[in-house]
Amino acid sequence: MNLDKVLFGFFVLLALTLNVGFVYGDIDTPEHHHVWELFAALVVSLIATVLKFGDRSHLGAVLLASSLVADLHLVAAALVWGLNSQVFAAASEPGVVASVVSLACGALVANLASVILLVVETLTLRR
Amino acid sequence: MEKVLFLFMRRMRRPLVLLISVYAIAIGGLVLIPGQDDQGQVWHYDFFHAFYFFSFVGPTVGFGEIPYALLPQQRFWVSLMLYLTVISWLYTIGKIFGLVSEPAFIRAMQEARFIRAVRRLQEPFHIVCGYGETGSLIVEALSARGARCVVLDNEPARLDDLELANLPLDVPRLCADATNTQVLIEAGMRLEDCLSVIAVTDSDAVNTKIAVTTKLLMPRRVVMCRAESSAAMENMASFDTDHIINPFDVFAEHLGLAIRKPHVNELHRWLGARAGRKLAEPLLPPKGHWLVCGYGRFGRACRRYLEASDVQVTVIERDAESFAKAKDEGLKNRIVGSATDPEPLHEAGVEGAQGIIAGTDSDTDNLSIVLTARAINPRIYTVARQNHRAEGELYRAARLPLVVEPSRIVAWRILPLATIPALSDFLARCRNQEDDWAAELLEELREEMGRRAPAVVSLRVAGADCQGLRRAVGDRAVRIADLAYSPQGETMPLVPLMWGRDGKYTLRPAPAQALQAGDSLLLATSERMAHRLEWLVCHSEHWGSAPGTQTGLRPPQAA
Repeated sequence: MNLDKVLFGFFVLLALTLNVGFVYGDIDTPEHHHVWELFAALVVSLIATVLKFGDRSHLGAVLLASSLVADLHLVAAALVWGLNSQVFAAASEPGVVASVVSLACGALVANLASVILLVVETLTLRR
Repeated sequence: MEKVLFLFMRRMRRPLVLLISVYAIAIGGLVLIPGQDDQGQVWHYDFFHAFYFFSFVGPTVGFGEIPYALLPQQRFWVSLMLYLTVISWLYTIGKIFGLVSEPAFIRAMQEARFIRAVRRLQEPFHIVCGYGETGSLIVEALSARGARCVVLDNEPARLDDLELANLPLDVPRLCADATNTQVLIEAGMRLEDCLSVIAVTDSDAVNTKIAVTTKLLMPRRVVMCRAESSAAMENMASFDTDHIINPFDVFAEHLGLAIRKPHVNELHRWLGARAGRKLAEPLLPPKGHWLVCGYGRFGRACRRYLEASDVQVTVIERDAESFAKAKDEGLKNRIVGSATDPEPLHEAGVEGAQGIIAGTDSDTDNLSIVLTARAINPRIYTVARQNHRAEGELYRAARLPLVVEPSRIVAWRILPLATIPALSDFLARCRNQEDDWAAELLEELREEMGRRAPAVVSLRVAGADCQGLRRAVGDRAVRIADLAYSPQGETMPLVPLMWGRDGKYTLRPAPAQALQAGDSLLLATSERMAHRLEWLVCHSEHWGSAPGTQTGLRPPQAA
């Protein structure tokens, strides 16, 4: 067992689970989507990205790309949320919540791709 | 380069994860701790303000407690987090500086910069491997003639010299081992614009390796090599190295030539000099009896060429083993002893000798030989081999008519090959001509150009039979002499050296020779004229379109 691999797998999987946790629920109901979960998803996604740095293999490059996509989505979601709550004071509007959640949903797909790639790589490892 | 970049990113993992984690904890904590607004109401930091707060507190900028003054419990948290963020920033920045100043990283950056500089050249260039005495002469001369070079050397100190050389053109350089194939490829050996690879390091083995690599990967690339041993020369010749230059052979060949056909040799010196430079006195080594001191590679080459020029040679060599070889070669006149002493010189007949060659590999010995010989026979013609460029001052002080500098000889041979291949071709043909023929040509050059070295221009006539030029001269075939007329009506100096059509070459063609597209010409002219000529012939289709202007050519009959 390799501690690096444990940490790597942990963060990649955690990024996905937190993302799912945030997205789960009605798309435009503010009570179903907690800001803490978005915060956690963003932080973990960033850490997962950094952990994917410096891998020369082709798979490593694709993993990094999918992680960057997830970051982009989550940062965009956080920006939409932040702007609407601080500048326009409209964070609880169903339309705003829906756009935040749909952006996070995009990140969810990217995170899912990451996890699938990781699983495939693990399965093809020769013992 | 790529490898180092990945290594850099991998090493940055830990500091970046630390930074993200510390910020996440700090922001999360601040959001959780209840505070108070200006009305005394309970107020929680939201994520946006917490992020904003730590963005300036983390790097210790500190704008104050924004938006509301903090409560003591918040201050506890912030002071704790302040230290954590500062430490993680210091750690990250220290790591970045450490990585950036790592020799491997610096080298990789230099390499990347070098590759970019080579790709950016966008014009024909030469790769010069080895920036020693020969290499520096070649690079300097090529730059002065407007040719681009790329330099490889594995000695950082030599590249520092290059940096200080103050050349007119920027020369991309890399401190690397040129025997490494990857390094040669990075220097642009595979690029279309690469004209030649010039291997002039001081090791025959390295030069051979460079030649093999280039010829295997790019068989059509011109390779010029310096070689000092006959084994290396044979080896290089076995895989079609284009030009193998042995400084000792070249020198001895020219010494022989100067004795046999002094004017042909003079022609070499005139056409090989930089345009506009004042010409040195002609070399006139005497015929008769010569002494060769030192019978190594240099002495052997001298003896071969001197004997071919009907010169009687006596060899003086200190080492008996070299003599065992000389016996096999049928050398009749030989004396064992050190030529720095008068006795062996007397024995060799220095009193009656016409010339002496001091050709040992020690500069001190060579100077001593020459001075001793001159003390006995003041009229003797002295030739000395200079092994190190730094000793130039001493050799100049000794006032020798002829000094052999191997590095200078190699550079002198390579330059026309690299800049005007047709000139090398012309000179090679000249060596088979009679001396009177060369004397005539020299006289013609002197009449046109005076005692300054001419500019040699190699041209290929472009366009459909020079239609524009044909119109300019009044719809008749363009002749070589037509090129000498300038727009201002004056006649510029022009001496046609060689004219080629369909692979056949004529030396000294008649000025009335008609030209057609595809013809190649080699001309000697003034420096001012050289640039104009090149432009005119390459763009001759424009000639008729702007008669009378700067670029137009005035018809000879009107001149």
